[in-house]
Amino acid sequence: MRRFPFLPKPALLFAAGAAAIAVFYACSRTATNTSDVLAGNAASKVYVAPGTYDEYYAFLSGGYNGQVMAYGLPSGRLLKLIGVFSQNPETGWGYSEETRPMLQTTYGLVPWDDTHHTELSQTAGVPDGRWLFVNGNNTPRVARIDLKTFETTEILQIPNAGGGHASPFTTPDTKYIISATRFSVPVPNADVPIPSYKQNFKGTLSFITADQPGRMDIAFQVMMPGFNYDLGHAGKDVSDGWFFFTMYNTEQAYEKLELNASQKDKDFIAAVNYRQAEQCVAQGKAKATSSDYFHNVLDEKTRMARSERRTSVKMLDPRDCPGLVYFLPTPKSPHGVDIDPSGEYIVAGGKLATVIPVHSFSRMQKAIADKQFESDVDGIPVLKYASTIGGEVQKPGLGPLHTEFDGKGNAYTSMFISSEVVKWKLGTWEVLDRMPVYYSVGHIMIPGGDSKKPWGKYLLAMNKITKDRYLPTGPELAQSAQLIDISGDKMKMLLDFPTLGEPHYAQAIPADLVTRTSMKFHKLSENRNPDITASEAAGGIRREGKKVHVNMVAIRSHFAPDNLEGVQLGDTVLFHVTNIEQDWDIVHGFGVMGATNSGIVIPPGETRTIKWIPSMVGVFPFYCTDFCSALHQEMQGYIRVSPAGSNVALSANVSAKAATQVERMKQVPRASSAPR
Amino acid sequence: MRQALLADRAGWAGGRSGVLPALLGQAPMIATKPMPNRRGMPSLSRALVAISSLLLAGLFFFPLWQVRLKAPQYPEGLGMNIRINTIEGATENDLKNINGLNHYIGMKPIDPETIPELRFMPWIVGALIVSGLAVAAVGRRTILYSWLAGFFALGVAGLIDFWRWEYDYGHNLDPTAIIKIPGMSYQPPLIGTKQLLNFEAVSLPGIGGILAGVAFALGLFAVIHSLRQGRASQDSHAVSAAGETFRSA
Repeated sequence: MRRFPFLPKPALLFAAGAAAIAVFYACSRTATNTSDVLAGNAASKVYVAPGTYDEYYAFLSGGYNGQVMAYGLPSGRLLKLIGVFSQNPETGWGYSEETRPMLQTTYGLVPWDDTHHTELSQTAGVPDGRWLFVNGNNTPRVARIDLKTFETTEILQIPNAGGGHASPFTTPDTKYIISATRFSVPVPNADVPIPSYKQNFKGTLSFITADQPGRMDIAFQVMMPGFNYDLGHAGKDVSDGWFFFTMYNTEQAYEKLELNASQKDKDFIAAVNYRQAEQCVAQGKAKATSSDYFHNVLDEKTRMARSERRTSVKMLDPRDCPGLVYFLPTPKSPHGVDIDPSGEYIVAGGKLATVIPVHSFSRMQKAIADKQFESDVDGIPVLKYASTIGGEVQKPGLGPLHTEFDGKGNAYTSMFISSEVVKWKLGTWEVLDRMPVYYSVGHIMIPGGDSKKPWGKYLLAMNKITKDRYLPTGPELAQSAQLIDISGDKMKMLLDFPTLGEPHYAQAIPADLVTRTSMKFHKLSENRNPDITASEAAGGIRREGKKVHVNMVAIRSHFAPDNLEGVQLGDTVLFHVTNIEQDWDIVHGFGVMGATNSGIVIPPGETRTIKWIPSMVGVFPFYCTDFCSALHQEMQGYIRVSPAGSNVALSANVSAKAATQVERMKQVPRASSAPR
Repeated sequence: MRQALLADRAGWAGGRSGVLPALLGQAPMIATKPMPNRRGMPSLSRALVAISSLLLAGLFFFPLWQVRLKAPQYPEGLGMNIRINTIEGATENDLKNINGLNHYIGMKPIDPETIPELRFMPWIVGALIVSGLAVAAVGRRTILYSWLAGFFALGVAGLIDFWRWEYDYGHNLDPTAIIKIPGMSYQPPLIGTKQLLNFEAVSLPGIGGILAGVAFALGLFAVIHSLRQGRASQDSHAVSAAGETFRSA
């Protein structure tokens, strides 16, 4: 059931919906077929000539591989796999001593997660290309990726949560990103009978400060009824200051959710006034709640991660803060909640609904003023459906999930069950176009399509199933991303390309917003890693009890020192390797025979440390793993391991070649002060 | 029409009433100013030497020479700016990277601190500027001629020195060099373009070098003008006849 964590068994729905699909197909699937694609010259629209750049960066979450993929659009070329919550053996992310603390949690080092949603930082409601946030759904965490380096620089664990699904959506100013729990759990977690769900299980909405690097923290949490919280989006413009969350299982079932959580005709969207929350927190209405969580930061100067354990959050109970939360009844098991660029419309993906319900923010405000409440849940007023609904898109297809906007008054909704993207008009709610996708589409993404100013040229559909689309690879096939041209009245399929893991969501941004600040190398002169070896002459070996530290440089095409002796069985060797190159893309790797963890890749100007515990006596080669120059194969060395108690002196030899280079480097001038 | 054009061209090229003499201020000067004596410089020459000296001051601000290197792996190129007092990378780490690459062919690292010329070149240029200004102030023809001769000698010596420096770096290679190609040396061109293995090396004067060239040209004009004025002063009674002679020649 891994592929369908949020849906009742699709097969049943397929059966149930077969007739409906037939009707939809008959009336809709006439626009596009393969021959249209060929005739429409799709290839030329995604062709990016050799030596030229793609127009957009697209960041796809890596799903259960715990990473993030950076693609170029429209070509669909994979540019980089960014290690986030999972160890990445390619670079040593999460294996090297500098990066291991990034994966620290209250459960210890958790070297895997299930990444779900990527979110670009915004300024005034528009993606700005500074950071990318992504959540870990399994062990609730949120990460910040710095787009100067395409590297994860911060990870915050979310306490009092079980499954951080509605995350990490941002406010228009990136003041907060949010993380709402998918699974309600006892808060604080405790040994209670599961059938006591209704009494003991709670949901939390976390507002995380995100506008300053290295400073992420939970500003406050809102204690909510024990439902399942699914997705969220911030309001903008007219609805600025509000956050919207979908939820399912308002039935509060705790067994056979497939059936028992699908009973009610309507679940809710929670509208949360976070400015009100800020006021209540300022008035001291939030209770300090003992909570155990980690904050991990990759220090910008030392380039080393450090972990800090935190022990308390401010918890707000909506009963103590009137006007904080309202429920908008929404049919049926809503999944996505998406706010149109004007901020007026709140579109729900009622995944079992036969319509796409759209709430109106202004009607909601009026309904609140007029107290159009039908009931309350744990002190949270429930507004009347009729008083907030702005419209319904009729017969949209089956299984609406997610909606994005093109900035031209149109909305596009993914249909999981009928495997299509449906274009419809805001305000008139009429369906304008349909595009079949292959198959079982989840999220769709338009560059900036969840912001105030979409770049509405392309739409990317992320599909869960690709049987018959690519060369088979055994029982498990790649998931696909399909690029659709939305610049005209009718959608045109341009390209599909395979992805890794199962990307859940993506964000894209015009490339130049990222390339203008992209870093080429780290300045060696600014490297504050305590284990830096800044020059060949500074290399060496030293013993600290049972630990042996090796300080080494990597430069084309050798390590210095390159022969090490005096290590004894029972020692732990720490190779601190500094890449002293100051040139773009001149990266060195380091691997040592018998290492039980990983190798490392060291970008120019950086220091990385890998731990190696020799398990036998002998001489072991180490070498550069990243092809760096014509003499890459010569970039190697040996480490000799002697029996415990041996009298072999600790020594770090420097080879003749390296020695010459040492002399050379002594003569190399200090870094010049020429302007770049 | 054609005749008119030819006449005009003659004026440009050599005629005494043409544009160039006018620019040099000959005709009006003869007419309006008192003739300088034989040992004194014409005021235009003095002005030209002063400007020339001031242009030389540009050497303290702009690179004298530039060497650019381009290779398939370096599409953005690497570069060195040679100034009168230092050598620096075109971008922050270019020199370090050039040295890093040069170690493959056994070339010595380029280290400005080990090049003595860079220590005394600012003094030479400074002296040239000060003496040039002195020449303009004193206004004696003979010191003008020796100043320009000195300028010329220093320029030629500089270029020869630069060439020798390039020769040494390009030929005097580490015998244990990683890459050895029989008959191959790595001397960059003094001026122009040369392929050195995978690198295309382009060597050209920098803004400072161009300013120095212009300064020398101005000095030359000052001397030419001074010579002509001298002759005009000497044979002032025969100006008209000489003019006629020149024209008919």
